[in-house]
Amino acid sequence: MLSAFLFSATEVASSTIFDQWWLGMKDQAMAGQLNFWQNIYKEIYQNVLYNDRWLNYLRGMGITLEVSFFAALVGLFLGMLVALMRLSGVKPLQKIAGVYVGIIRGTPMLLQVLIINFGIFGSIAIDRVIIGVIACGLNSGAYVSEIIRSGILSVDKGQTEAGRSLGLSNWQTMRLVVFPQALKTALPALCNEFITLIKETSILAYIALTELTKAGDYIRSKTYSAFTPYIVSGILYLIMTGVLTKLLGKLERRLRQGDNR
Amino acid sequence: MITVKDLHKHFGNLEVLNGINQHIKPQEKVVIIGPSGSGKSTFLRCLNLLEKPTSGQIFFEGNEITAPKADIDQLRCRMGMVFQQFNLFPHLNVIDNITLAPITHKLMTREQAKQRAMELLNRVGLAEKALAYPKQLSGGQQQRIAIVRALAMKPDVMLFDEPTSALDPEMVGEVLDVMKHLALDGMTMVVVTHEMGFAREVGDRVLFMDGGVVLEEGSPKEIFEHPRQQRTQDFLNKVL
Repeated sequence: MLSAFLFSATEVASSTIFDQWWLGMKDQAMAGQLNFWQNIYKEIYQNVLYNDRWLNYLRGMGITLEVSFFAALVGLFLGMLVALMRLSGVKPLQKIAGVYVGIIRGTPMLLQVLIINFGIFGSIAIDRVIIGVIACGLNSGAYVSEIIRSGILSVDKGQTEAGRSLGLSNWQTMRLVVFPQALKTALPALCNEFITLIKETSILAYIALTELTKAGDYIRSKTYSAFTPYIVSGILYLIMTGVLTKLLGKLERRLRQGDNR
Repeated sequence: MITVKDLHKHFGNLEVLNGINQHIKPQEKVVIIGPSGSGKSTFLRCLNLLEKPTSGQIFFEGNEITAPKADIDQLRCRMGMVFQQFNLFPHLNVIDNITLAPITHKLMTREQAKQRAMELLNRVGLAEKALAYPKQLSGGQQQRIAIVRALAMKPDVMLFDEPTSALDPEMVGEVLDVMKHLALDGMTMVVVTHEMGFAREVGDRVLFMDGGVVLEEGSPKEIFEHPRQQRTQDFLNKVL
């Protein structure tokens, strides 16, 4: 494998300084005489720099972000809807919502993805990104609904009574009084759910969507490096979840302005 | 203004209200006293249907509000309520707390609502707190703002559910003062309270409730100085 790689490397017009460096240590590499730092460079060169392979990771990350973003929107919308259905007091709506949450939470996400991909969209030509959004959104919605439901239930009953006593309708009270408070309580858990969502999109590698995990896996299939491509993917996941944590932390602090300072 | 006919309320097997008949006239100040568990809060909460009566009828300004088709939200717009726990909206500042309902109901424009809110805040001496959040205020301040919030809807009746019971003793006075001024302005008021001084000073009529019925009623003088029922005497001996 290594020799195949080395061979092809010589064929590429050595344009960048990184290629130059590599060519400089190629003979030692053939002889297996690289030192620790040179070995690290070899890994990075093979798995990231050579042949613009870093673009694969970035494209994968783009798809991961795209799927996560839209799945989060779907999940949030669905979650609110299902939470309101469960709290509506209307029996059929409660039943439907309960069954949905039960099925999603009670079966593996991988299975759900496979069913949606091969079962539901098996014979329809459709972009895998859309399948990913639907699968992850459906899954996330169940968890989000539970988070929002507990947030709504945590708002004091007196708040609803105060809203209703001012002549606000049930829905107005929910929208203007209860929901904003519920969202604030639910925000840390929601943040967690979004982070989970970003990571769980990796399951979509299973249906050959080249998101970030699949991108790393693809590089591994080229270079046979068992470690480095996955580490690179992992670092990129950490960057995404880290940025999201920071952003939601900021939002949470803004929502807390009603509290004692 | 409000007529109550044979009002019953059960919570499961527990009978909380056991047949109440009352008529509250415009501008009347009715004070309800009685031991805890006597049903006085439940009675008050039935008046604006925060509790659904098990049976009986309630008429408000000529309309039966217990009728299945009654527009409850419309009725509540004309009936202000003040709670023991204030129940200000913690995510909104004072002015938004006050203007939320009038603006939502499109009773006033945002500007008008703000102007009225500031007038009312001035009246209770809290104009400088307009932009504060409820948690930054003392209990007494919060309760005065809760009263203003209810008044912003220009209600015909104000219901008070133990408005001073959750307050530190030194803050009771400021809230009672606001209520006294309201009474002097001619507001129709129904007040559940343990403040016997207030009942005596402001009340036109005092109801003593026990066991889910109005055991005795009359002017403050009659109730406090010449109670006829043994239960009323026992209760007053304990609290006075």
